[in-house]
Amino acid sequence: MATQQRIWEHLEHDADIGLRAESKTREGLFEAMAEALTALVTEPAGVRADDTVTIHCEAPDDALLLVDWLNALIFEMATRSMVFGSWQVELDGQKLTGLVKGERVDRKRHEPVVEVKGATYTSLSVVHDKDGIWHAQCVVDV
Amino acid sequence: MDLSRLVQESEFQWRMPVEAPMHVPGILYGDREQILQMDDKVYTQLYNVTLLPGLVGPVYAMPDAHWGYGFPIGGVAAFDADAGGVVSAGGVGFDISCGVRTLHTGLRPADVEPVKTVLADALFAGIPAGVGSQGSIRLDTRQMDAMLEGGARWAVEQGYGIPADLERTEERGCIVNANPADVSDHAKRRQRCEMGTLGSGNHYLEMQRVATIYAPEIADQYGLAHDDIVISIHCGSRGLGHQIGTDYLREMVLSAAEFGITLPDRELACAPIRSALGQRYLGAMRAGMNCALANRQIITHLTRAVVNSLLPHARLELLYDVSHNICKVEQHVVDGQLRELYVHRKGATRAFGPGSPDLDGALRDAGQPVLIGGSMGTASYVLAGTSSGEARSLSSACHGAGRAMSRRQARRQYGGRQVVDQLAERGIVIRSPSSRGIAEEAPLAYKDVDRVVDSTEQAGLARKVARLEPIICIKG
Repeated sequence: MATQQRIWEHLEHDADIGLRAESKTREGLFEAMAEALTALVTEPAGVRADDTVTIHCEAPDDALLLVDWLNALIFEMATRSMVFGSWQVELDGQKLTGLVKGERVDRKRHEPVVEVKGATYTSLSVVHDKDGIWHAQCVVDV
Repeated sequence: MDLSRLVQESEFQWRMPVEAPMHVPGILYGDREQILQMDDKVYTQLYNVTLLPGLVGPVYAMPDAHWGYGFPIGGVAAFDADAGGVVSAGGVGFDISCGVRTLHTGLRPADVEPVKTVLADALFAGIPAGVGSQGSIRLDTRQMDAMLEGGARWAVEQGYGIPADLERTEERGCIVNANPADVSDHAKRRQRCEMGTLGSGNHYLEMQRVATIYAPEIADQYGLAHDDIVISIHCGSRGLGHQIGTDYLREMVLSAAEFGITLPDRELACAPIRSALGQRYLGAMRAGMNCALANRQIITHLTRAVVNSLLPHARLELLYDVSHNICKVEQHVVDGQLRELYVHRKGATRAFGPGSPDLDGALRDAGQPVLIGGSMGTASYVLAGTSSGEARSLSSACHGAGRAMSRRQARRQYGGRQVVDQLAERGIVIRSPSSRGIAEEAPLAYKDVDRVVDSTEQAGLARKVARLEPIICIKG
């Protein structure tokens, strides 16, 4: 599925759900994985950009940084009762700054399906292939 | 799963033989068809668990085992702290102390049928369920810590229930040695609006009819009779537990090398029980367990208010409350020796047999009630722990049906409306905030719970007592 040039998909998993994405840039990869995460809960295109939240993460490698990023989004969604529809990621080495926009959950309009409990380290990968494309996958617990 | 790698020991028991570098064998329970249908990743994940240090006895997969993260769902493993054993945040999972509580009602089908729809609407309105739902209870810092230390006992002290509830709750409603100081502020913030909420996914509140009694003498001791109406609540430690899992998984992943632990899968993240990190996780996880017990106690209180508003003569008394995502210190006899073990059950239910000192009154004679949740629209079961379960699985049994297809597959095959209509034809009223959520939880997206329970009984892990069929289902 592609929205605003972001390419991602949900993977089959017995109990939980896998997220997979690819992008020409490392930043775009993290943004696409964030969109895939939102799509578990609601249709990203139906989310208004009413409020902005800034997220900072830092981790020793890209795979751990991806888990931290997804878990930070899950935390903000849970504690602010929000869904996000827009993500702008800046990376400085292993430091990530994300500007995410969204709105409070509207149960009628968003019809939220499931709350995500956390991002796991199972089947986790972030890879930069020989053609210069970035790939990531992560299983999340729902 | 490829059966050629297993040795069949009986019709319902399969062994994964020890080969280097495994420390212990694996034992899988289930009939041939169930083992065949398990994903190969269940084998891989169970194999990975056998590589962890300080294991005692085999690691086990229950008949409902399926591919999880780190441990398979339906996995059981025990560690000895004195033998370098570990505690694994991945072996407990994010939904710490997720479990099932079943309540008697004193009602019969004729009492419920005239008000079924109204009752479903009232329960849906009265029990916060689904994404974005919030409870009405707000805890300040001091109250939050008291709840994390006191569990269901704290909830009862606050007026959410009666003391008799605690006698029928695992650990009498309070897990000892919980340490709220080991729970992050993030985790406490995440719980701020979530006390007394069901959550989403496969969590539910169901009104059920006792459709079949298999063991009349035990059913009698449990107070169950044919056509009794009961209520079952399936949920866990909500956002607090999820965040404890998130926090400690990360810390354990980053610390594994420091402890000299090679993780075959990062999700198996663990720390020696005797380490400071291991002790902090145990303190936090036990606080998470108390949160789950308090949560189910508060939901019980809300349920009583709703049911009694429509059916004043109903008497909602606890049958039992037991969790299926835990790590607990238990005494078990292994190779003739009594050992203190840290038993991880991830998607597996504790099933103490008759005579267990952890059981009170009639339950001590009958064995512990083992509450098995079905999927939406299918049966649930009350089982009883057996004496033979101790040696076979460290007194553990299955926890539910287990998914047969992914959420995406289910969504492709079923529509939410279609599922609601089909269940309505069978007299089952569903209420949920999410049509897509209903599709993802469609009955056929799960394995056949009847067969899972049959295998559990045939393997000697627990005994069938009663089959419960749904009447009303409130889905998160």
